[in-house]
Amino acid sequence: MADDADNITNVPYRAPEQVRNEPPPPGYFEGESMTRRKVFTIAAQGIGGLAGLAIVLPAVGFAVAPIFHRGKERWEDIGPTSNFVEDTYRQVTFTEVPGIGDAGKTLAYVRKSSKELGEEPGLYVAVSNRCAHLGCPVRFVEAAGNFICPCHGGVYDFQGKRIGGPPVRPLDRFQTRVEKGQVQVGPRYSVTSQLKPVRARDPGEFTGGIWEYLYPPRPSTFPPP
Amino acid sequence: MPKFSDLLVPAPLRKTPKPGEAGVPNQPAPQDLKTDPPRRPTDHERLGQQALEAPTEGLAWVDQRLAASGFLTGMLYRKVPKGTNWFYTLGSAALFAFIVQAVTGVFLAMFYTPSTTQAYTSIAHINNDVFLGQLVHGMHKWGASVMVILVFLHMGRTFFFGAYKYPRELNWVIGVVILILTMTMAFTGYLLPFDQRSYWASIVGININGTGPIVGPYLSDFLRAGPELGATTLSRFYAIHMLLVPGALIALIGAHLYLVVKLGTTAPPWTKVDKPRVAEPTANLDAGVSSGNGYRPGGAGTIAGVQLETTDNDGMGPA
Repeated sequence: MADDADNITNVPYRAPEQVRNEPPPPGYFEGESMTRRKVFTIAAQGIGGLAGLAIVLPAVGFAVAPIFHRGKERWEDIGPTSNFVEDTYRQVTFTEVPGIGDAGKTLAYVRKSSKELGEEPGLYVAVSNRCAHLGCPVRFVEAAGNFICPCHGGVYDFQGKRIGGPPVRPLDRFQTRVEKGQVQVGPRYSVTSQLKPVRARDPGEFTGGIWEYLYPPRPSTFPPP
Repeated sequence: MPKFSDLLVPAPLRKTPKPGEAGVPNQPAPQDLKTDPPRRPTDHERLGQQALEAPTEGLAWVDQRLAASGFLTGMLYRKVPKGTNWFYTLGSAALFAFIVQAVTGVFLAMFYTPSTTQAYTSIAHINNDVFLGQLVHGMHKWGASVMVILVFLHMGRTFFFGAYKYPRELNWVIGVVILILTMTMAFTGYLLPFDQRSYWASIVGININGTGPIVGPYLSDFLRAGPELGATTLSRFYAIHMLLVPGALIALIGAHLYLVVKLGTTAPPWTKVDKPRVAEPTANLDAGVSSGNGYRPGGAGTIAGVQLETTDNDGMGPA
């Protein structure tokens, strides 16, 4: 019976992968810091990544670009100055988004500014009919002197300030000016609860105070007057 | 001669017919070959035989190159737990609803024009003039609601049966993404007829989305492709509705089904596992996970995360 000790040699322990004693790969040189295989792996992944970015970046940019694009400022005639009075609104329809037919039209309620309400005289006030809750079309009810929204029951007073229902701020307005006896409406702007003009916000977004930071102005809107 | 339907059963699962069973003649008495030689089949009989075998031969030709029969056998003949009931069909029903939406959607796209000036008239054209147009449009319109309802019911089944628990959490997460994408489909599809209802519903939907602080306003601009709902909004919704989301949905449904087959389904929570004859900690703790036959249902048998091997009876009934 052979003794196990006969098989013990003085060869130091080597890990199995070292024992294989394969010849060095082609191109090997003493002191190389990276194998050929590693170089090609990194190069292939790097070039593949660049090719991927070349596809993805333009596509994402294409989809996201409209956020940063501001269209041309548009002014629309809405009738001679004599059409409008101080104590009630006249309803005007004009194109807000060109090129899409009737879907691009919007409605505003326009009057002369009123001294009794503490407004600067000689101006025109154009109140948008877009509810500040979720964007439904509000209607000016002559008898009540209020704006009322059919969707969720928002109510605004004569100046467009919220007096009831879910809306979060007064009705939006449009900039106005007079050109050759014609009243014109321009870009939309929003107002705070004190009727201070701010950049246009979407319905449902609060204005004024800290809300100016929580709902930041979008680059696609125009500066307020 | 076996029945044709039997030929389609994959070989590993084919039962060996026993003498005396239908289709298998009883062992004939040994013949004297000299006086009573066996009759050779006529040419007609041989041709008939070959014709009957041709579909199987064709399938075999494909399978030899595709090597799919093993996978299909494992998937279609997998065991399901005892107590599997009609509630387990809600997922397949939701999948069927998705397929209906995909097929009808393709045919609607042949007649629909995603332009603000023509969208409404093209839908009217589909409903009034195109042969069966109202039916296909109706299937797509009502099928959308059906799919949303079925996805929710399927989610409820998964929740109340506890089927979201280990090791199926990832499938729950994938399912939630599928739910969100289904709602995205419903939302973007609503605008496409471009009538008063869809126009105002989309305005309200986008504005609800915009009430999210910080990013909400930018997301609204992204959805509308600008500060107001315009021509690009419609094409954008159309592209999201028929290109972007369906692709993602198909991929995720594939992953969802893969995990269902891989992990197996659960037994209903009220199912009692038969009393095991021997219950002891198994030597191979991960046997349940690695077995391709479906992970055994949670509940009884799993104690504090330790899987107990029950020698003979693992709660799996015959499929």
